[in-house]
Amino acid sequence: MSQQYNPVIGLEVHVETNTKTKMFCACSDDYFGKEPNTHTCPVCLGLPGALPFTNEEAIEKCMKIGLALNCKVAESSLFERKNYFYPDLAKGYQISQYRWPLCVGGSIEVTGKNGKKSTIRINRAHQEEDTGKLTHVEGRTLIDFNRSGVPLVEIVTEPDFTDTEQIRDYAKQLREIFRNLGVSNADMEKGDMRLEANISVRPVGQKELPNYRVELKNINSFRFMVAAVEFEIKRQIEALESGETLHQETRGWNEAKHETYLQRSKEEANDYRYFPEPDLPSLAVDRDLVKKLQEEARAALPQTKVDNLVKTYGISQESAVTMIRQGSDPFFEELVAKLGQTGISSQIVASMIINKKIDWQDLSTDDVVKQLKAQASQTALSSDQLEKAIDEVIADNEKTAADYKAGKENALQALIGAVMKKTSGRADAKQAAEIIKEKLK
Amino acid sequence: MAKSTKIDIDHVSKLANLPLPDEQKRIFASQLTKILDYIEKIEKADTKNVEPTFNVTPNKNVTRKDTAGTCLTQDEALQNSKNTKNGQFVTKGVFKSE
Ligand SMILES: [Zn+2]
Repeated sequence: MSQQYNPVIGLEVHVETNTKTKMFCACSDDYFGKEPNTHTCPVCLGLPGALPFTNEEAIEKCMKIGLALNCKVAESSLFERKNYFYPDLAKGYQISQYRWPLCVGGSIEVTGKNGKKSTIRINRAHQEEDTGKLTHVEGRTLIDFNRSGVPLVEIVTEPDFTDTEQIRDYAKQLREIFRNLGVSNADMEKGDMRLEANISVRPVGQKELPNYRVELKNINSFRFMVAAVEFEIKRQIEALESGETLHQETRGWNEAKHETYLQRSKEEANDYRYFPEPDLPSLAVDRDLVKKLQEEARAALPQTKVDNLVKTYGISQESAVTMIRQGSDPFFEELVAKLGQTGISSQIVASMIINKKIDWQDLSTDDVVKQLKAQASQTALSSDQLEKAIDEVIADNEKTAADYKAGKENALQALIGAVMKKTSGRADAKQAAEIIKEKLK
Repeated sequence: MAKSTKIDIDHVSKLANLPLPDEQKRIFASQLTKILDYIEKIEKADTKNVEPTFNVTPNKNVTRKDTAGTCLTQDEALQNSKNTKNGQFVTKGVFKSE
């Protein structure tokens, strides 16, 4: 029997945030498709003596991304210089973050096509600047600095991916988060969002990480990245099976040959000599701002999450959005699971959480289950009371009722919401929906 | 090439992107070694109760609003370049695919 191997994959995603100006200068960063070198100034051209000046909007967008990925925002954060020579980098260094990133230690739950959920841990989300664009023509290299200095957020995961399907789901989910947050269009075709992967393989059952990893870099299409990862997994397993030792190296993708190729071995690995950027004072992050951004980040979480809650529990769209914004949705899900067949509808539970009838921040779900079971018999709404409430709601909301009659399905949710409000969340949403439909036939 | 245990002058010259003739490598290796000796002395200082300083000003959070200013024109941006083409800077080819 031959040995079985599992891939170990970590991802680095770079996303350009959609500020009006660049990270450290006031040049417009609306550069896509514009004449080359028309969006530059001494700062982003790296001219001697030019000083960087931090864009506060970019910092907020980076924090929002981190918060949406459940990261902690650092109390204090610093930029560092990442030194290397390459023509896309005019200064000889990129302003980036290394030891004091803005956001650290998050996670994201990825849902696959089959509904299978897995958790990907986020190591960090930090702020840096994009580089110029190079075009290679007839043995020479042309440089356009329009993109130089555009705010770029790098999101680094732990090596938690096991296959390319998961990579696809993660990238899709990230893109949705970026768009919902309004921080980036995340258009891969335009290079708004770029992926790099670190790949190694280990024998099934082995807990420790392999002592090497192959970086896949400079692959500017998502499709090619997936192909490259799949090729790499196969190549590495075959190498190990034939007794080879694998090394730390950087590889690219040759689409014509459909294979990865060595770009840089460990011996040639970059030595970036990071050191704190002396031209930029540190950032002391305002905790009130973090709180505000946290709420905005929650409100903008992917529609899929809202849809899942609505579909799974039959609650209203509005309730789902509100709970996600509050951060009470995990409590809600746990509570509903524990309540089981007690006849208390999920919508009632949701409304109680939203209206603070349930103290979800301080109590355990077990406490609340006891409380609710005790109350259930006393507080149930009689069908007369429910009908009366619905009649009143329809009378108070003539236009919405007319909209529903005219075929607007959304109007029904609004009416149910109003009934819930009127009955302080004691009505059964499904029952209310049926009665409303009946009445507005 | 003079060998120094403290300085790998070939590595340093590569990192600095400065190709140096052997004679200069010898000179710089000896000068850089002296600097490292000096730093070794500094490292002996007791800094147990001293906060690291990365910035000599007491400033924090010096940021600006996200409002666009004026950029250089293409001609201005390129004016100091010896070699340009189609509005772009031209440099030696750096592309190696395989
Ligand atoms: Zn600029």
